Amino acid sequence: MRVPLLEVEHLSMRFGGLLAIDDVSFTAFAREITAIIGPNGAGKTTLFNCLTGFYRPTSGKLTLHQAMRQHQLERMAGFRITRVAGVARTFQNIRLFAGMSALENLIVAQHNKLMAASKFSLAGLLGLPVYRNAERAAVEQARFWLDRLNLSDQADRPAGTLPYGAQRRLEIGRALCTGPHLLCLDEPAAGLNPTESAELNRLLVSIRDELGIGILLIEHDMSVVMTISDHVIVLDHGAKIADGTPAEIRADASVIKAYLGEPDDADLAQIERDLA
Amino acid sequence: MGWRHRVIDAGITALVVLVLTTPIVGLKLVPGQAALGIESHFGTVFILAGAAFVLRLALTLFLSVKGRLSFGAVTSIGAAITRRTKSIAAIALAGAVILPFITNGHIIQAATMVLIYIMLGWGLNIVVGLAGLLDLGYVAFYGVGAYTFGLMSSHFGWGFWQCLPLAGLFAASLGMILGFPVLRLRGDYLAIVTLGFGEIIRIILLNWTSLTNGPNGIGDIPRPSFFGLSFLRRPPHGMSSVWDVFGLSFSPLYAQGFLYFVVMALALGTNLFTLRMRRLPIGRAWEALREDEIACRALGINPTNIKLSAFAIGAMFAGFAGVVFAATQTFISPESFTFSESAMILAIVVLGGMGRQMGIVLSATALVTLQEALRDFDQYRMLMFGAAMVAIMVARPRGLLSYRAPSILLPPVQAA
Repeated sequence: MRVPLLEVEHLSMRFGGLLAIDDVSFTAFAREITAIIGPNGAGKTTLFNCLTGFYRPTSGKLTLHQAMRQHQLERMAGFRITRVAGVARTFQNIRLFAGMSALENLIVAQHNKLMAASKFSLAGLLGLPVYRNAERAAVEQARFWLDRLNLSDQADRPAGTLPYGAQRRLEIGRALCTGPHLLCLDEPAAGLNPTESAELNRLLVSIRDELGIGILLIEHDMSVVMTISDHVIVLDHGAKIADGTPAEIRADASVIKAYLGEPDDADLAQIERDLA
Repeated sequence: MGWRHRVIDAGITALVVLVLTTPIVGLKLVPGQAALGIESHFGTVFILAGAAFVLRLALTLFLSVKGRLSFGAVTSIGAAITRRTKSIAAIALAGAVILPFITNGHIIQAATMVLIYIMLGWGLNIVVGLAGLLDLGYVAFYGVGAYTFGLMSSHFGWGFWQCLPLAGLFAASLGMILGFPVLRLRGDYLAIVTLGFGEIIRIILLNWTSLTNGPNGIGDIPRPSFFGLSFLRRPPHGMSSVWDVFGLSFSPLYAQGFLYFVVMALALGTNLFTLRMRRLPIGRAWEALREDEIACRALGINPTNIKLSAFAIGAMFAGFAGVVFAATQTFISPESFTFSESAMILAIVVLGGMGRQMGIVLSATALVTLQEALRDFDQYRMLMFGAAMVAIMVARPRGLLSYRAPSILLPPVQAA
């Protein structure tokens, strides 16, 4: 049975005269990979920014369903969306803490858990067992993801000096270390070679199947979108134009039109004349 | 650029200097009997033009070989210091401990100032080096610490040890108060607001005459007592003096030496605290905030708390340093808390290599010594100070020691 995880209802986002998102509604389900695709400027990243509290939507409702309760994301401060509602994200242009080591990046992601254990830093300053154990657990959690993402041998290197693909993986790992219910990935396959993006596919599928985390994915790489998504949403000029399984989307006329454009009759006549 | 070009270039510079200095330096009005007379100093003008020619030539020469010039020696010294931080710190500490036993009062006084600056540098390092918030008004907290002690001692007769925690608390609260309005600002904007804040505090100290005694300052600030024993020749009523209890003959050196060790203990405390904080979640969050604030928010970290804690803790150490400063000088006035003091502390942090504890010790020692050594050259002091800073920035733009050690290393897998 499909359980709704994120419900977007009549979401609009206006910047002055520009309507970046125009009355978009959709549902992303738990334990599913939902892809958001669309041509450049369709409003995909704006949608993510509304979802993760970087923008305050002009109107609409964003509801995140957890087992016992639900959160209205449009009313929460950005950092609380991650802390309380469990929505983690990555960025289109990687935003790692470049000067800090890979391991430190993963430990900073567990800040809230560790901060609670350090009791306003007092237990931490005194080195009490309650903090030491929490830190050990955080390191083990980080080690789990480093092993999983194939980064163990680079754990102590500054994140900024890692190869590009490794930085992408580390950013996903960092988002996962916050313990999210919903993971929002903004073009995770951008700049990856085919081997790396196949690896990414396997990783995302395992996150969904083994950890039961819902994934919301913005992606241009159709080999990623069509292979792993359970559900695809297509945006164009801020509005939703299609919503369905990958197979349905592939056959959808409006999607083809949005991506390839539609030749109008005048153009056709011109072409025919040129050919004759 | 060939030799001919360089000479022509230098010649033009000399010519410009000649033209500019002729009316300014070359001709001087002197009061005569009936009217003003004109005295000429063309010799000086030609000396100045000649100096400009030589300096310009030297500059173009330097620029042409700069690419080939390597600062390898400086770099490797920095690397060597970084590698041997522990042993160098131990030697420096041993030297600092022995120092008061082998020197005179004047040097102990200077060394105390060096320690105060090291402490200020370590405190500001939390704000600038770790959290990446450029604070140009740090001296305000230093001043608040000093005035807390000065006022509490003159109005209520409180001693050093009662005022120390109080000054830390006051300065930290003020740090929070400054922190709130500047939460949204970063970089240059933050620097300007903090600069203004520093000036506001100084001007309040200067003009609130009924409370702070204005430009006349506060005098007769007591020195710290030694576990309740006074260092004064005639201790106040109800207090016994160090001289009676230990059977020593009176000498002001003891009080100075004791204060020196108090400052050293406080500075070391600041250092240990910072090193420890760096390994705690709050310290890692400071560094993460310096690297990328947006990413911090996306990880559920509340940037407000992180910034305020950095401001408050940095300010607290400045407050402590202020109390110590007031006790060393026994007299304070707003003169001591000007912007140039903030600039000096910031220069210590930046030159030392942001975030490097040992680098700050090096640069504080170097800058304070330089300032003292150049005291005889009075007018040229700031010029030489600036030249030294430019030289260091050319050779090591990221500070004397710029290597960052991770706060935690991945421990080896434990056998289950």
